[in-house]
Amino acid sequence: MAGFRLDKGGLIDRATSLNFTFDGKSFTGHAGDTLASALIANGVHLMGRSFKYHRPRGVIASGAAEPNALVELREGGRKEANTRATVIELYDGLAARSQNRWPSLNFDIGAINSLAASVFVAGFYYKTFMWPKSFWEKIYEPLIRRAAGLGAATHEADPDKYEKSYGHCDLLVIGSGPAGLSAALTAARAGARVILLDEGSRLGGSLLSENEEIAGGSGYDWAQAAIAELASLANVTLMPRTTAFGFYDGNVFGALERVNDHVLEPSPYEPRLRYWKIMARKAVLAAGAEERPIVFGGNDVPGVMLASAMRTFANRYAAAAGKSVVVFTSNDSGYRTARDLKAKGVHVEVIVDSRKEASADAAGIPVLKGRTVADATPGKIVSGVELSDHMHIACDALAMSGGWSPVVNLMCHKGAKPIWNDRLQAFLPPDIGSDFVAAGAANGAMLLSEALREGAEKASRAVGELGFKTKKAAPPPCRDEAYAAQALWWVKESHGKAFVDYQNDVTPKDLPLAAREGYSSIELAKRYTTAGMATDQGKLGNVNAIAILAEAAGKSIAEIGTTTFRPFYTPVPFAAFVGPFTGHHFMPVRKTPLHDWAEEQGAVFVETGLWLRSSWFPLPHEEGWLDPVIREVNAARQKVGLCDVSTLGKIDVQGPDAAEFLNRLYCNGFAQLDVGKARYGLMLREDGVVMDDGTTSRLAADHFFMTTTTANAAKIMTHMEFCHQALWPELDVQYVSVTEQWAQMAVAGPKARPTLQKIVDDVVLGDETFPYLAAKEISILGGITARLFRISFSGEHAYELSVPADYGNLVARAIMQAGEEFGITPYGIEALSVMRVEKGHVAGGELNGTTTAADLGLGRMMSTKKDYIGRMMAGREGMVAKDREAVVGIRPVDRADRIRAGSHLLKKNDRPSLANGQGYITSVAYSPTLGTWLGLALLKNGRERHGEIVKVFDGIRNIHMYGEICDPMHYDKENKKLHA
Amino acid sequence: MLINCPYCGPRPSEEFTQLGDATVQRPASNDPKTMDQWFDYVYLRDNPKGRFKEYWHHGGGCRSWLVVERDTQTHEIFGVTTARDFAQDQKKGKV
Repeated sequence: MAGFRLDKGGLIDRATSLNFTFDGKSFTGHAGDTLASALIANGVHLMGRSFKYHRPRGVIASGAAEPNALVELREGGRKEANTRATVIELYDGLAARSQNRWPSLNFDIGAINSLAASVFVAGFYYKTFMWPKSFWEKIYEPLIRRAAGLGAATHEADPDKYEKSYGHCDLLVIGSGPAGLSAALTAARAGARVILLDEGSRLGGSLLSENEEIAGGSGYDWAQAAIAELASLANVTLMPRTTAFGFYDGNVFGALERVNDHVLEPSPYEPRLRYWKIMARKAVLAAGAEERPIVFGGNDVPGVMLASAMRTFANRYAAAAGKSVVVFTSNDSGYRTARDLKAKGVHVEVIVDSRKEASADAAGIPVLKGRTVADATPGKIVSGVELSDHMHIACDALAMSGGWSPVVNLMCHKGAKPIWNDRLQAFLPPDIGSDFVAAGAANGAMLLSEALREGAEKASRAVGELGFKTKKAAPPPCRDEAYAAQALWWVKESHGKAFVDYQNDVTPKDLPLAAREGYSSIELAKRYTTAGMATDQGKLGNVNAIAILAEAAGKSIAEIGTTTFRPFYTPVPFAAFVGPFTGHHFMPVRKTPLHDWAEEQGAVFVETGLWLRSSWFPLPHEEGWLDPVIREVNAARQKVGLCDVSTLGKIDVQGPDAAEFLNRLYCNGFAQLDVGKARYGLMLREDGVVMDDGTTSRLAADHFFMTTTTANAAKIMTHMEFCHQALWPELDVQYVSVTEQWAQMAVAGPKARPTLQKIVDDVVLGDETFPYLAAKEISILGGITARLFRISFSGEHAYELSVPADYGNLVARAIMQAGEEFGITPYGIEALSVMRVEKGHVAGGELNGTTTAADLGLGRMMSTKKDYIGRMMAGREGMVAKDREAVVGIRPVDRADRIRAGSHLLKKNDRPSLANGQGYITSVAYSPTLGTWLGLALLKNGRERHGEIVKVFDGIRNIHMYGEICDPMHYDKENKKLHA
Repeated sequence: MLINCPYCGPRPSEEFTQLGDATVQRPASNDPKTMDQWFDYVYLRDNPKGRFKEYWHHGGGCRSWLVVERDTQTHEIFGVTTARDFAQDQKKGKV
């Protein structure tokens, strides 16, 4: 119980007490606390177990870089793993659990891994679990995953809402410390549209936790005034709780706004998270700097933390890390911690400064210069330190400062590398042009006055380039804390286990080992040792790792360089990217205009793409799908059937060059099509393969109504736009998708004509007046506009009728009424498919992106008198080769056998094996008309093999049977029914 | 990444889809002797580092095909024109 709450001070609301639990135990904190600060104030330092050795771990940092204090937050569907206790705002009812421990955080059996540490060196997975090979998947991997892990994800659905949003601004300022506020004020006062965002719960950055003096008052007061001024300006958007996580092309920034992560349950009208894409004309990175740990024995023992973190807990959260503190520093900033703690009444035993010469103000605290801490006493809380010269000092908290690293991440997200600076012993952001610049500590400007000045200057220059005039104003006067640093990465006199990368338990011995084993490139060393991986991405450890590797490899730090910085700066939940697009918002349902009618008829629907299509219409006594489909086919073949075909792509094409346009798109001719006639058209891709088919009708000399397959509707529209705009802009033609505007239904069967005759106005549906392939605009039911086409997919005497979408249900009901006396039956796409297979019409299975027109038996459609898309390539050697697979019909020799789509066709006596494949079955159906299963297939040289008996090999079920190859048109070869 | 559509103004790249090299020209002749030209047009594409003109379709907007000139390495966009204007210039031999 080292930590405690200070009596006064801090930005916490002592009047508001908040109850929370950690590992089931109840605690109290205050509004303004983080989970980490509240736990420290309650004397809890042990917050987690380490990844590999299960060592007890506490808080190291006070913000986003925290590698140790990772907890599972919330319960049920809201549970989130690996959240950092240092950035979780405390709320009443918060429930958090520690991770990677069993049976409990206090007694963790996995800690015995420490005793076997010598085998857990870098690359131990690769070395230890190599063989036998078969053990990896079943034994080693599950074992390792259980033992070395982070938190567990929930399996329940997330009940919360998530949003996506776009932001636009002249200047984006990332970070709201002194440099960020100064930049935002300068740009905002000039009238530029400014977005100021900060990952913290409050704006102000370091001014919320440091004792500074600006403009004669405190830094905190100056920040409050600056924020108030910015808030009063209409051209400024302030975004606290927002992390800029990525920098992308076109000065676009990805950001995550935590709208409701700080409450128990979000309001039902608000999202938990909002994902932003911010288009910034200019941007300033004012993200500050991150303090580095020092590598020494026990630098991970709970109670050992960054000096800046200990200072922040005391100043901002009034939480003291201990009652007797030792500060270990290689630079001036450790002294600030010592002074601030002393001012708050916390005893600081001694400052251990690695430098022989140091002039920072110690406020009367003893300083041991030129000395280093070699080891912190191991345990669940630190109890003392041993210096390199074996001097022992008792303490219950140890602050360490190894210098500062500017937070350069975002500026390197597009591949630029940061640049090493010897004076600051730090990597500085690269120059990537004037659209995105760094200011303040993020740019290595470590003095407060430099930060204030740089913020203003960089913002002034940025918005100046956009034409805004900024007033020249001297930055406010302030008190500077001198900053001088000495390189100190690793105290080699250490005896105990020291850590370079806390989250992955990487020790300083792992890096020289990596170098010895040939992995001295930083990118290789990272992957070999895992330094810099996992949720913190090495924010604290990377520079130490680079320095230690550099020494081992005999190179300079600049030569070693950094690993690649990539988005995301901090973890972003998948939910934020998904946003509101879940369930039907992810994939909306498209209902046809006849959906209500189909529902009335008891349709069973099937999803095809986004569409819901009626697949069959079972009667109450029918079970399964086959009985209704057989009944529907028989009705359409013998009486009359009605089918919803509204999902077909429909495109209205108009203009003087409409005929010429279609002529170039289809491989067959459309220029000579008579007005009032429909024609089946086939489109090729430019490489000669068949792309799509459909019926297109000429309603007037300059007006066509085109249909495409359901699946290709959008693709064909885009293809037409490309051909017209990019290839033939000289054509005077317009076209628009009218798929949604027209309901379309097929009326098929011997009684189709008398049925429709009853609903059409003024048209006699005779063979003379409305022959096969007639296509006319007519009126029906006393004045409803309709388009009637005498075309047939089923092979029966049939029509397709288009009516404006809103009339769809009404007209379908009227047709049902008109056909009642003839026994009209609704049929679905299963029956439709059975009839097209019986009739040998090709569809999706055959138009599969590999077949030519000739393969489909449609070679004669290809015109030789005109240019069209695909003409030339369709003539290439391979496209006209004799042994290509061509469409054939197939029936089982034993009529009781069921053939299956996808089965391979082999020569009759060949061994069942794919190596002997001659082709495959593309479509099958049970034909009630012929009383057998039958199908269409693609078979090598198929047209010359009608009558051959082949082996049908179903490799999935590992069975084979025999089939007879035949003409694809299984039914009514003479088209008697079609023309009846 | 923003693309400045001549009809819609600057729009996010997610509204667009990309087809590839816009500088290839569909041969005018169907003479079998031109098969090599056709082969090049259909199959051969350069993959340059640096400036590149390519087709983009504003499918989430005005549905125009555009020719966007950008740097394939930095993704800097130098100019956007409609495929229609580009094709007409191409036919006049201006591009």
